[in-house]
Amino acid sequence: MSILTRRAVVGAGLAGAGLLLPGCDRLDQSPAFRETLRLGERVSMGAQRLVSDRTALAREFDGGDISPVFRSNGTRVPGGTDYAALMADKFANWRLRVDGMVARPLSLSLAQLGAMPVRSQTTRHDCVEGWSAIGRWTGTPLKLVLDATGVRNTARYLVFHCADLYGASPYYESIDMIDALHPQTILAWALNGRMLPVENGAPLRLRVERQLGYKHAKYLMRIEAVASLAGVYGGKGGYWEDSNDYEWYAGI
Amino acid sequence: MTDERPLVKRHAWPVRVWHWWNAVVVIVMLMSGLMIFNAHGRLYWGQYGANTDPAWLEIGSTADSGYLKVGAVQVPTTGVLGYWQDSTGAVQRRAFPGWATIPSGYSLSAARRWHLFFAWLLVVPGVLFWLWSFVRGHVRQLTPTRNELAPRHVLADIRNHARLRFPAGQAALKYNILQKLSYFGVIFVLLPGLVLTGLAMSPAMDAAWPWLLDVFGGRQSARSLHFIAMALLAAFIVVHLLMVVLAGPYNEIRSMVTGWFRLPPERADAKAEEVA
Repeated sequence: MSILTRRAVVGAGLAGAGLLLPGCDRLDQSPAFRETLRLGERVSMGAQRLVSDRTALAREFDGGDISPVFRSNGTRVPGGTDYAALMADKFANWRLRVDGMVARPLSLSLAQLGAMPVRSQTTRHDCVEGWSAIGRWTGTPLKLVLDATGVRNTARYLVFHCADLYGASPYYESIDMIDALHPQTILAWALNGRMLPVENGAPLRLRVERQLGYKHAKYLMRIEAVASLAGVYGGKGGYWEDSNDYEWYAGI
Repeated sequence: MTDERPLVKRHAWPVRVWHWWNAVVVIVMLMSGLMIFNAHGRLYWGQYGANTDPAWLEIGSTADSGYLKVGAVQVPTTGVLGYWQDSTGAVQRRAFPGWATIPSGYSLSAARRWHLFFAWLLVVPGVLFWLWSFVRGHVRQLTPTRNELAPRHVLADIRNHARLRFPAGQAALKYNILQKLSYFGVIFVLLPGLVLTGLAMSPAMDAAWPWLLDVFGGRQSARSLHFIAMALLAAFIVVHLLMVVLAGPYNEIRSMVTGWFRLPPERADAKAEEVA
């Protein structure tokens, strides 16, 4: 009566599942397919920007919500003699360069940054891996630094150059001007009321609260305003984007 | 020999199209989601949670074994979870094994690309199906009535299912209470719950829609609920496939492909009618 026996159906189902996996792995090898999947990033970014006010704030927590231990991730101590020398005199000789498409390139010491208006925020740090830690960050709003340096209106991205190396590749990240001008985007030099520990990015790290952890560049040395990310290192806008194909937009 | 049992129209086209679409999309979401979990095999309750914070669920490994820990209970899972061999025979210590994940070899970035692309293929048709369900009354067919929810009725239906006495005759055209509870639960509770807990894990969405954090009790609670809903959905799929096979796969699959279902005749003893 029935053409399909139960055994045939179960067998076909198992065979289908068995084909699915190698099939997906093969699809992943295809650059065209990867580019198709990457549409998800653009659609998500567009949709999130659509439903979100440019200045919508990330949740700020009470002191009681602070993680007992703020997990350090990625580089814990940058290698090399240059960083060791900076660390030896407690970053007194460290300077943040701000240049690229700006009217007045700057070189700022920690004291100069600290003399600018300060913002503190108790926010959640979300790693792309899935964990979260809450800490109280204190620092200089990035917008104030950008106003001081006079970013040209043809600049579309800020590139954050870092002191830490992965093999021979320096860590770097980039954000667009919407996130750069966001009120919670700060250059943080303190965590939980103390100067930023080395393992969390001393002397200065970026906080860009509406994106995942890998965007929050640590060990900042230089901020460069650019019109395009194409010519910067691997061209995808960040170390993990270049090396491991992570998405540039990390709002989800 | 011709079959004289009547062929009846059982499933409307939106049900059939959405069903097969989801058969692919949901499996990809499940398997890529397991790979994303592999990046951090621990679950927490509350706003935050990382390695030094207490986890309520953990899939991990010792020197030579794998384990699943839920609360204080630890179950050995060597070979399947936490400690397993990949296709080359090498020992891997990720939570879920390669045969259950997309991609099969560890890659968080690739899994995220699959998951966050297919999420759109789940959400957009899902919203359309929801609208259709409410406009065309499909949701009413799946909503349990007060009588059906009486414990006696539910128990009787469980007994009938356990004895593999599936509804026959006209009763087979309506959803029974266990079907209603599971389909209603999947379509109107689990799937939207998965989408919303997924959004609650997005730092940008938490800024746009802060109520997500209040509804689910924090990003790490949302991640835990996302995982639990995934496990329930996976359990539903297993039982659903089992039921299709037991109830007659040819007739069941045909009705979901073409819409036409051959109505099983009323049973002589009509015991299944107890539940009607």
